[in-house]
Amino acid sequence: MIEFKLPSLGADMDEGKLLEWKIHPGDTVKRGDIVAIVDTAKAAVDVESWVDGTVRQLLIDIGDKVPVGTPIALLLAPGETAENAVLPARGAERRRISPAARKRAGELGVDLASLSGSGAEGAITLQDVEAKAVATATPAPDRGAEMRRAIAAAMSRSKREIPHYYLADTIPLRPALAWLERRNAELPVTERLLPAVLLLKAVALATRRYPEMNGHWIDGAFHAAPAAHLGVAISLRQGGLIAPALHDVAAKPLEVLMHELTDLVQRARAGSLRSSEMADPTLTVTNLGEQGSESVFGVIYPPQVALVGFGKVMERPWVEQGQCVAMPSVIASLSGDHRASDGHRGALFLAEIRQLLQQPDAL
Amino acid sequence: MDRAHLRTLVIDSLRKIAPEVEESALRDDRPLRDEVDLDSMDWLNFIIGLHERLQVDIPEADYRQLVSLDAVLDYLATRLRDAPTASPPRDSEP
Repeated sequence: MIEFKLPSLGADMDEGKLLEWKIHPGDTVKRGDIVAIVDTAKAAVDVESWVDGTVRQLLIDIGDKVPVGTPIALLLAPGETAENAVLPARGAERRRISPAARKRAGELGVDLASLSGSGAEGAITLQDVEAKAVATATPAPDRGAEMRRAIAAAMSRSKREIPHYYLADTIPLRPALAWLERRNAELPVTERLLPAVLLLKAVALATRRYPEMNGHWIDGAFHAAPAAHLGVAISLRQGGLIAPALHDVAAKPLEVLMHELTDLVQRARAGSLRSSEMADPTLTVTNLGEQGSESVFGVIYPPQVALVGFGKVMERPWVEQGQCVAMPSVIASLSGDHRASDGHRGALFLAEIRQLLQQPDAL
Repeated sequence: MDRAHLRTLVIDSLRKIAPEVEESALRDDRPLRDEVDLDSMDWLNFIIGLHERLQVDIPEADYRQLVSLDAVLDYLATRLRDAPTASPPRDSEP
């Protein structure tokens, strides 16, 4: 028997409220299938299965709010049957419930099976029952306020734990923008690329040479990630922001990235993301775009170890072969975690991004 | 298509991207991307929306003409008059 636990939803999300089950007892589930939709401070998240199996039992109800890591369903592993399945020890135990709690649960219509007890040896107390009744009945709190709280928690943790260093480099973009203009001129509007896609691809490719920028700092050590899942900072129209993952950016052609980026932005703004997108980012990129400021020095999203920021693309005075010319350029910045890397390597990483952007047709 | 009708269509396209847009609060002669706060992805989606509604494919080189809502309406009116049938046109223009 597999205990399906609510997976991580990113560093600033420690609990989720069940909005909808996408599986029912008896269903076959494959890895990657959507199991449930869970509401978080930032978005309604499609929770994906990480295992294959057959649904045996659902352990929480719609409206329940549970911490990340809570078992929410029992699945039979492939080959297991209801008869030969080994029950996880906890599930088989008789629940300890105080008589007062049981009586109150009856009055309030609270399902005891869905409760986790806070009393001695996991006993369900009167308090647990009443807290549950309140949690289920309370209307959804203000999304904006919750989002601020989530951002506050993650950013405070970052500034408390991560010794940031900052670097910046002005990157000339004439070849990249000229290449893009030529390419886009030949294509219908639905297939045009944005400069952001070139920037993302260059960052992802640069991590191949500088893997210490791409990964996580966990329990006092850096763990390099096997692929560049770039967290794309997306500002939401109602305020706040979210940085879900664009998966395996280095391996994908620009057209595919553009398509996936468009889809990701749309779903982020509609408040519908997947759990892997929330949990997977290995390096965040913030791109202020045309309406933004000249440069940005970001706050690293823990447990990641770096953040690359791009300011507004604009023409700047540039000296080229002794002449001052107007050059379209962008200020790229790196916020690095000094525990995981040093400024020298950070500078080389930025130089690599710059180099890659000079050969757009190779991206 | 008269200008008022065209304006409604354009504002519908904007609302798909920026649902908070209030028609009455929009100043037609001001820089559109400041009025509505459109980033480059929003802008591209707006252009795609116009393409879907009006079958006008706006080349990237023409974006700089589209500074305000007024300018967008002028531009679209010209393009629609020059190519009254569906589908675009650029090569067939004199």
